[in-house]
Amino acid sequence: MSIQTQGNTLTFASIDADAGLRTALAMSRPDIIDTVSDSGMKGRGGAGFPTGMKWNFAGAEKGDKKYIICNADEGEPGTFKDRVILSEFPDLVFAGMAIAGRAIGAAEGIVYLRGEYSYLRSHLNAVIKKRRAAGLLGKDVGGVKGFDFDIIVALGAGAYICGEETALIESLEGFRGEPRNRPPFPVVAGYRYAPTVVNNVETLASAACIFAKGVDWFKSFGTDRSTGFKLFSISGDCAKPGVYEFPFGITVADLLKEVGGENAKAVQIGGASGTCVPRTQFARRMAFEDIPTGGSVIVFGPQTDMLAVAENFLEFFADESCGQCTPCRVGNAKMLAAAGQLKDGVCSAEYLAELRELSGTMQVASKCGLGQTSSNAFMSILEHFGDEIMSRPAQAETARTSA
Amino acid sequence: MTDDQRNEEKAPRIPTSQVGSTVPVSDNPEAIGALVSVTIDGIETKVPFGMTVLDAARTVGVDIPTLCNHPDLKVAGVCRMCVVDIEGQRTLQAACVYPITNTLTVSTHTRRVRKARRHVLELLLSEHYGECYSCVRNGNCELQALAEEYGISEFTFGHPEKSRFAPDLSSYSVMRDMDKCIRCRRCVRTCIDLQEVGVLEAINRSDETVIATFEDLPLGDVVCINCGQCVNRCPTGALYAKDETDAVWAAIDDPTKHVVIQTAPAPRAAMGELFGLEPGTPVTFEMNTALRRAGFDRVFDTNFTADLTIIEEGTELIQRLYGALVTGDKDVALPQFTSCSPGWVKYLEHFYPEYLPNASTAKSPQQMFGALIKTYYAGKLDIDPASIVSCALMPCSAKKFECNRPEMHDSGFKDVDFGLTTRELGKMFKEAGLHLPSLPKSDFDDPFGTATGSGVIFGATGGVMEAALRTVLELITGEKVESIYDHGDIVPLRGFEGVKYAEITVPKVGPVPAIIAHLVPDWNWVDGATLKVAVAHGTANAKKVMDDIKAGGKFSECHFIEFMACPGGCLGGGGQPIPTTPEIRAARARAIYSEDSAYAVRKSHENAAVLATYAEFLTDGPCGHKSHELLHTEYTARGKYIPQR
Repeated sequence: MSIQTQGNTLTFASIDADAGLRTALAMSRPDIIDTVSDSGMKGRGGAGFPTGMKWNFAGAEKGDKKYIICNADEGEPGTFKDRVILSEFPDLVFAGMAIAGRAIGAAEGIVYLRGEYSYLRSHLNAVIKKRRAAGLLGKDVGGVKGFDFDIIVALGAGAYICGEETALIESLEGFRGEPRNRPPFPVVAGYRYAPTVVNNVETLASAACIFAKGVDWFKSFGTDRSTGFKLFSISGDCAKPGVYEFPFGITVADLLKEVGGENAKAVQIGGASGTCVPRTQFARRMAFEDIPTGGSVIVFGPQTDMLAVAENFLEFFADESCGQCTPCRVGNAKMLAAAGQLKDGVCSAEYLAELRELSGTMQVASKCGLGQTSSNAFMSILEHFGDEIMSRPAQAETARTSA
Repeated sequence: MTDDQRNEEKAPRIPTSQVGSTVPVSDNPEAIGALVSVTIDGIETKVPFGMTVLDAARTVGVDIPTLCNHPDLKVAGVCRMCVVDIEGQRTLQAACVYPITNTLTVSTHTRRVRKARRHVLELLLSEHYGECYSCVRNGNCELQALAEEYGISEFTFGHPEKSRFAPDLSSYSVMRDMDKCIRCRRCVRTCIDLQEVGVLEAINRSDETVIATFEDLPLGDVVCINCGQCVNRCPTGALYAKDETDAVWAAIDDPTKHVVIQTAPAPRAAMGELFGLEPGTPVTFEMNTALRRAGFDRVFDTNFTADLTIIEEGTELIQRLYGALVTGDKDVALPQFTSCSPGWVKYLEHFYPEYLPNASTAKSPQQMFGALIKTYYAGKLDIDPASIVSCALMPCSAKKFECNRPEMHDSGFKDVDFGLTTRELGKMFKEAGLHLPSLPKSDFDDPFGTATGSGVIFGATGGVMEAALRTVLELITGEKVESIYDHGDIVPLRGFEGVKYAEITVPKVGPVPAIIAHLVPDWNWVDGATLKVAVAHGTANAKKVMDDIKAGGKFSECHFIEFMACPGGCLGGGGQPIPTTPEIRAARARAIYSEDSAYAVRKSHENAAVLATYAEFLTDGPCGHKSHELLHTEYTARGKYIPQR
């Protein structure tokens, strides 16, 4: 792999995936779900929905066809930890999928792999083949009579929105990737209207770990409300970027010390749709109760032009909105235009106030998480770096003076 | 399961993202647990499990604004105009897609709701190019109405100053102007789901999202069937039917032109809506007066050729049945399909071209009339056919395409010069200061004046079949159809069920009437036989029937099938007043059936003008040489893949 993968040693490296699978298969289906619930694990993709609860909902649904989907559409800017997991620990992911399948009564698993990761497909298929040969996928998985579970790898086509679980399902079904209306949720009516659990790559791998090492071991990491360890994708202005593992609850300052980014001006946590944390708040903790995150940390050094950062994020969203709902489709375009106006020094304070209101509307009225979060970074940058932005010389003026 | 297997499984016809709620609404609210309590703006009520917040609000008189929602379509939840506050939810929820499955407390006009709705409108207006004054939908635009309702007094997020898209004017029927599109995708759901034609879909993403055809080809070059159902459901002026009123005015203004107009039955049941009358108020005879005052030289009733169609198509059916059952002709294609709906004909040409031999060769009433006006009528009144401008008032946008088909020149001229929609005529009346409801009544002009009820019911789904059966049964039995069916109403063929099927037994046979004596020697071969017939309206239903025929199912056993491209038949046509809803179409149908029962002569073969035409002009009888030359046509196997120029 060409990227620097490991900042520190990952727990995943020390876990026997198949031990986890065997432990789970020896348990009753409700016990599997209870174990995950007891672990307190929340989804690792960023939204932090309790995994046990998700499995429980899908398990309680009637229907002979159910699906486990592994969300490997790792598309959040600044996130690359799933690539490492898929490259180096695919057995953990597939064991996790089989456990989830056993728990909810699904026989089919699908890995939705982002188009840019297509080079991983043959590697994943080879691992799947090996697991089939070893009796860990296919008929009577792990020797459990009547438990059939198999996995295929499907490729995305490069749209950020397809990381949103219902858009992902639409894409799998062969349609344009656009989020569905909820309710019903995928656990009730997902892929092909069947009960479907969509879990992030890391969530599934972590589930296998819980069964391999036990709930108490898992809960020994992290905080009360954010249990376990978490992979972080660290990039930007720091000495040692890469994929790191830290327990939930680590402060921003401690994290920056580990990666050599102590002099940062701000960090963007949770990717482009996350929040921008200024230096004054570096004591805050990475945990669902403080700064929720899917693990992306982008470090901004002292020289960073924060308006350029905001504009960069907005360009991304203005391009990646699926175009379905009005607040996101048009709202992001307006936000991006405003960043340009700020740069040119032609954005009035009144209009900025209206944009704050518009951001509020986008947060509550957009159809899915994309529109609900896309203006967050811009708004937090405006909040924390308003002086820097409003006091910059208008570009038109700069051009005039230099001429 | 491999990728290939996965893709082979049959996909649903529309993306789930555009289906919305999959919670079935309880159809038995009496059952225990089937009623759910909901409080909307402080009003407590109980609604059936699964009902949407939008519908529940309507039951207690709370009006929630919508744009992408339409009663004929699957829900989408994309415009976000209908957002409401639901207690305990962090985000607002779209009322049109939120199913009530447990007790809810809903507020429909909190501050953040009002703010969000206003933002949605302002964002839409920031990309909506064009002036209301010069828009075809001025005064009948849902975006304009909401902007007024929400007191939009300025363009907070700007307003486009120049056009971004060139309008697509390539079609004979349906025009598209993306500058006015608000991306609500009603047209997409109409085309993919309601009609299952699938011409329109959203392409690109983000703010670049536009509605487009396959490969973004002009609408005139794709498999569009011109049904205009998308036009009827577009909330703005982004989709509209081609307007030819200026050309018609020019003809009227030209003293050397003899301008005639034929009027179909469906517009009469709907034109009143353009003048504030309740849907289902017939204005047939007031309209005749208006047409004359507007300057048309003659006003004819398309029912005349509807009756003629029945005779020709009925005769063709008898010929086909005789060929198949008696002479054993292997080339006879059965079931016979009706061919009076030009949208359906083009649908058949594109999607089931191998079944074109099943389509009746009889032209539609509009085109039969066109061919007769410039021949029979011109000769009878000694008018130079070159000076005749032949117009047709139709409920239909596809009629514009039909009259421009190159083969429709059997009179030696373009048989019908202009197919006008109900909306276009209404506009002409308004321009001429003709207030329809207050005009005196007047009748149609001779020589085609006398109509029958059978012609009138062509305007509703099942009407052609009912009219044909009335005539066929009388021709075969020699008895009044009233002795078989009460008042001659063949009730199994009525109503809005998507596909109707009926079996009609021939109770007895009589002598062969003179008019078709040259075709069959006797009726003995049909004595006691059971005629199997079916009726489908809306091309989605037509597709069901066609796929069943392909699979050799029950409909392949039919003898005669009526197909109409539009939901409800012609009364729901793409040229009818906007809006359209199931209730409005039902009201129009009532108007049509009440007009039918008011006619003294209700069967096509009793129409004196039709009989006179055969006696004087089409002298070799139905399906004879002359009739084949003028009243029958051929079709083009188009297929789904159209070679591009």
